[in-house]
Amino acid sequence: MSEIVLETCGITKSFGNLRASDGISIDLRAGEIHAVIGPNGAGKSTLIHQISGGLRPDAGQVWLNGRDVTALATPARARLGLGRTFQISALAMEDTVLENVLLGALGASGRVWRFWSQVMADRALRERAEAALARVGLSEQMHTRTSALSHGQRRQLEVAVALTLRPRAFVMDEPMAGLGAEGSKTLTGFLDGLRAEAPILLVEHDMDAVFALADRISVLVYGRIIATGSVDDIRANPEVREAYLGDGA
Amino acid sequence: MIRERHLNILLLAGFLAVPLYALAVDEPFTITLATRAAILALAAVGLNIALGWGGLVSFGHAAFFGIGGYSMGILAFHAQNYMPLDLGFAVLEGTKSMPVIWLVATLTSALAALAIGALSLRTSGVYFIMITLAFAQMFYYFAISWSRYGGEDGISIYVRNEFPGLNTLAPIQFFGLCFAALLLALWLNARLVASPFGLALNAARQVPVRVQTVGLDPTRLKLVAFVISGAITGLAGALFADLNRFVSPSMFSWHLSGELIVLIILGGVGRLMGPVIGAILFVALDHILGGWTTHWHIALGAILLGVVLFARGGVIGLLCGPKGQA
Repeated sequence: MSEIVLETCGITKSFGNLRASDGISIDLRAGEIHAVIGPNGAGKSTLIHQISGGLRPDAGQVWLNGRDVTALATPARARLGLGRTFQISALAMEDTVLENVLLGALGASGRVWRFWSQVMADRALRERAEAALARVGLSEQMHTRTSALSHGQRRQLEVAVALTLRPRAFVMDEPMAGLGAEGSKTLTGFLDGLRAEAPILLVEHDMDAVFALADRISVLVYGRIIATGSVDDIRANPEVREAYLGDGA
Repeated sequence: MIRERHLNILLLAGFLAVPLYALAVDEPFTITLATRAAILALAAVGLNIALGWGGLVSFGHAAFFGIGGYSMGILAFHAQNYMPLDLGFAVLEGTKSMPVIWLVATLTSALAALAIGALSLRTSGVYFIMITLAFAQMFYYFAISWSRYGGEDGISIYVRNEFPGLNTLAPIQFFGLCFAALLLALWLNARLVASPFGLALNAARQVPVRVQTVGLDPTRLKLVAFVISGAITGLAGALFADLNRFVSPSMFSWHLSGELIVLIILGGVGRLMGPVIGAILFVALDHILGGWTTHWHIALGAILLGVVLFARGGVIGLLCGPKGQA
């Protein structure tokens, strides 16, 4: 088995009487796409928030590259190599596409405390940002305002911003959300190639994409992982079929 | 639509022309009005960095304006009375030198902004507005009870402070100083907005979670913006005190905080020249309408209502279109 990049050890989180995470232990290994699926309200968002640093677990730890990051806030985890994308695009809508990826390059470079130099004239930042745009196919829209992008293009930009960080692990929250069949297919192809660079923890509702991409799938129901395995294991698992997939799958 | 850059140049040229014309026809009062507009514009340029780019609606920038004013007042008071200033750990001479006074005013207001900002940024939205207001009111009531420096009556400075090589008593020369300070602040503002810090600050206002996920702390970015903002408004306070040769607790009053916000909304929030247009309009309305009636603020209120309802981008938005398109 290859090296573990990202891991949660028995993380538990309650909101009042609701146990949104009930001792979740999952890991993400180099070179793989590990998909987390589950019905609505299963606790997928809560899990992602605890991994990325927005929520602190009541118990358990989060490890990134062999380091306990449970006590670290979101920015510190990002600096340690966690690249995250959002279900609902979190982009600076008033800014241009280029400015959005420059922000990512800036965060990665640590050159943010410069008040006098001009960000557009920083060649290293520009190259890093433009390379990320080229990879997702948004080079032509570089100077477009983000609010003028189509939904699909915003999803691509969301991935491009994460790429500028050159992360050690990606956590993607429904990257296919709202994409049409064509857009889904393109993005699936792209993520397929991306896993070689850094493994992806993929939370996704689009089952075609999950079955096409995932090396492993974990099924989350009511805050617990009820099964983890390959695509075939999960498809064949009777418990999973009952809880989530329905008999048609 | 006019290109924003062209409008900016036109505006500054027009601004400069008014006192020069007044000098030619010998109307010193008009020069004083222009000086007042330049100083208010400078204070609002400071606030605009926090408000327009940082998204921080500070209703307490009078705190920094007043700290700048009192920095000037206290230093000049000790100089004119030949009474050293005993700080407890050090004894300082007062001074009548503007560069020294400006440095002190800028540093003290930056320090105050650091403390107020660090506490206020724990909140956001309406709470941020209220807590900044509360801090400014604390300074206001402190100044009223500060009998050593005149309490409610404030401090009068008999002769305007000095600037090497200039006769600051000549209105046009003092205007020149204030206008130069305004230009410098605008230049700094323009550089800041296009800098790496400016890009990150702009994003921190719009999508703080995104800024966090690229490894930056949006609160820290906003705090630094708040400190720069407070320092510039503090410098304006020192100049304002020198214009009037008088400092009083009214410089700390919430009316002033409100006026600065109104100026920016009139001119255009987050637009480089928004505060300048706002300040010119404000001083002109004050002079023209104020000559007819003491209730001229009613007219100002109506204009503000019109801007908020029909021209969200202020005068600049009206002339140049929405931000980023011109």
